[in-house]
Amino acid sequence: MELNVLFHKEKNKLKVIIEGEVDTFTAPKLRDQLDTIEINPHVFIELELSQVVYMDSTGLGVIVAIYKKVTRQNGNLKLVGLSNRLKRLFAITGLSELMNIEADVKVV
Amino acid sequence: MKAFDYVELRVPAKPQYVSVIRLAISGLATRVGFLYDEIEDIKIAVSESVTNIVHHAYEGDDGDIVIGCALYIDKIEIMVSDYGNSSFNIEETKMNIGPYKQSDSITQLREGGLGLFLMETLMDEVKVNNEGGVTVFMTKFVKREQVKDHVQTFST
Repeated sequence: MELNVLFHKEKNKLKVIIEGEVDTFTAPKLRDQLDTIEINPHVFIELELSQVVYMDSTGLGVIVAIYKKVTRQNGNLKLVGLSNRLKRLFAITGLSELMNIEADVKVV
Repeated sequence: MKAFDYVELRVPAKPQYVSVIRLAISGLATRVGFLYDEIEDIKIAVSESVTNIVHHAYEGDDGDIVIGCALYIDKIEIMVSDYGNSSFNIEETKMNIGPYKQSDSITQLREGGLGLFLMETLMDEVKVNNEGGVTVFMTKFVKREQVKDHVQTFST
């Protein structure tokens, strides 16, 4: 499985759906796709990661890069739909503390 | 009988083969009896070491990555090696790796340097040797209760 990036514009929110594996082979494609996003202080970007089946430090690097870029320009970026695996990856690297990551949705 | 089975893969040091190596490692780890989360950990650790070789070992020239796996009843040992000339200074590398700190400013974060940290976090033992090429040795143990279950299923 490789990588797909889909964009969904909803009012002033841009939803970016990432699907597949993010590793050293697919990360450049993800980086290129994310670089096409126009960033301004009013932009609200949501990275939807529920269909990401694999990610390693290469993928984290790409996400850190876009997060920095958006933050520097006073935009908003949020990560949503993280699997338990991804949550663990963001937790052990310390990124959970630094980034806006969707809190667990409690199932009643 | 030997205490372990040995499987070796030799793969070109190119990014498109990293997922192929992960697939093979995943199959081998399943053989040993690791559970889903541990297999995912092993896949990340091996990908990190292979990615390092893809990016740093040959500097544009062709070369191979050799992955040797020793499959024991209660552990897997994985050796990832290149035959390149990359000089890998572990002390220097270690200074630039590790998790992010809460005090880090998001706009100043480095975008790499997590590879070795992840290997050390996700595996039980990691050793790096850089005489000649670079070789990373990694070990992960199966938890004791799983070993028992595994042995029982074999004996029935």
